[in-house]
Amino acid sequence: MDRYRNNAFAVEALVRDTEVHRDVYVDPEIFELEMEHLFPNSWIYIGHASQLSKPGDFITANIGRQPVLASRHTDGAIHVFYNRCPHKGVKIASEPCGNTGKFFRCPYHAWSFKTDGSLLAIPLKKGYEGTGFGDAQANEGLSKIRNVVVYRDFIFAQLNDNGVSFADYFGESLSTIDNMVDRSPEGKLAVVAAPIRYMHTCNWKMLVENQTDTCHPMVAHESSAGTAVMVWKREQGSSTETPMAVQLYGPFMSPYEFYEQSGIRIWPNGHGHTGVANSIHSNYSDIEGYLGQMVAAYGETRAHEILGDVRHNTVYFPNIMVKGAVAILRNFIPIAVDKTLVESWVYRLVGAPDKLYERALMYNRFINAPTSIVGHDDLEMYERAQEGLKSNGNQWVNLQRLYEAGEQADVTAVINGTSERQMRNQFHAWAKFMTIDMDKRVEAAE
Amino acid sequence: MITEKTITDFIYREADLLDTMQWQAWLDLFHPEGRYWMPLEWQQQDPVLQPSLMYEDLLLLKVRVERLAGERTFSQKPKSRCHHLLQAPQIVACDSATGLFKARTSYIYTETRGDLLERFSGWASHDLVQIGDSLKIKLKRVDLVNFDAPFGNIQLFM
Repeated sequence: MDRYRNNAFAVEALVRDTEVHRDVYVDPEIFELEMEHLFPNSWIYIGHASQLSKPGDFITANIGRQPVLASRHTDGAIHVFYNRCPHKGVKIASEPCGNTGKFFRCPYHAWSFKTDGSLLAIPLKKGYEGTGFGDAQANEGLSKIRNVVVYRDFIFAQLNDNGVSFADYFGESLSTIDNMVDRSPEGKLAVVAAPIRYMHTCNWKMLVENQTDTCHPMVAHESSAGTAVMVWKREQGSSTETPMAVQLYGPFMSPYEFYEQSGIRIWPNGHGHTGVANSIHSNYSDIEGYLGQMVAAYGETRAHEILGDVRHNTVYFPNIMVKGAVAILRNFIPIAVDKTLVESWVYRLVGAPDKLYERALMYNRFINAPTSIVGHDDLEMYERAQEGLKSNGNQWVNLQRLYEAGEQADVTAVINGTSERQMRNQFHAWAKFMTIDMDKRVEAAE
Repeated sequence: MITEKTITDFIYREADLLDTMQWQAWLDLFHPEGRYWMPLEWQQQDPVLQPSLMYEDLLLLKVRVERLAGERTFSQKPKSRCHHLLQAPQIVACDSATGLFKARTSYIYTETRGDLLERFSGWASHDLVQIGDSLKIKLKRVDLVNFDAPFGNIQLFM
């Protein structure tokens, strides 16, 4: 049933000031429209330039459901293409990453393309002479995505040409990526391993909302973090040093007051972060030698400024979260209305001690793995919500916490850390980027 | 005297303790310095500076076991159950002189919860040490054949 297609009014009506209709999570048509409108209108994370260090290196990704391919050309430029041969549509690359040499070669009929996407050769080329092939789209080679920005090695792409520019879309929210990169004494991050992958049977937006949901850790994670704290208290004996593992789990049990004062910052276009004044990452042990490296690289004042900005979770709308203090990026990849693939990447801070990378890897497997007890707590809640939202008793999800009448959208503000305003901020952006290129249906009035 | 049969009996007993959810008895099989490791790479060498699914010491394994019984552990309402189907272990080392006792065991592992059933295949590698008359686990390494695939929850132990 086309209740929402070409009907911007109906889509906008799903988002109210303080609640959203459950169809945003459970309706397959809404999911289709997210793939057709929301994702192509937004700037989507493709990968990291360190994954494309040499000419011929490539990575594959998806924008919504559309497969794309990024490559490093011989002149050093990064290009992003739709990952399909212009001939019969066969995917040019199917591995997550690799090096293709001087050209891509389609495995079906050996059409080949330079790493800038241009058509290099077709076998039996004379078969196309006099056919008008020169005017065909296929002659242009791999279809290129024009809107690509590499910001401090983070590669973003936007499929639609008439959307918001990269600078306007992200604005000041890029300060979290800046802070993460600046935490390397050389100002450089590197991907050196595959991500942890975790399949979720729930809508992708539940995961995104949970990133700034500060009223759930002490409740949902009592079972994991609470148990970790309890077992350590019992077993620690005369030990005075808290193990790295307990330092990572423990802060999840921080009380409401902690999150209230640590604050949330919201930005236009649905971006925002928890942990403004401080965060659950603030009290980890110092790692020997690191501060010295940072001071040598940046000077005393700047080094402390970088390391003192310990943000918790930054949501880059629509579907990534960046955790600068532990150099982790989580990509919430929509598969179906009730299925989401989560890929959690850890960046190595180039030039920093190994211990920082060790800690980030430990955090990632504690929190973001299919074997993670914190992950088990969260996924159980998402699955129950995905089921519960099928009930018709109440068709609205409440996002009212600390709402104030006349609340402005698309503004920058720092607010109480237990507010649900960042979720409201996301849904405002959701309605905007869903409908920016959608017809308003008027038949109802006809 | 530790024989090859002592090692295989130990491995069968370990699987049986997991299948019958005798968690404390299972933890007692570990050496105080023991580790449980699930790598995330093919023939992975480093559990610390390469990503793993799990690399846990006895403290963290205790947290997992106690969590399973927690009143507010909602991902265990209903509870998970598991089943290990083991091939006969291959003895890699059985040397009392050097104290090296190692085996590699091919397995199919099933974990169920509610109406769902998930099945995994892989190899378990045991590094064991002799303490008194018995063996203890120094390292249990679990390599999934599809370690790089995205899984849903894995809540028990392979």
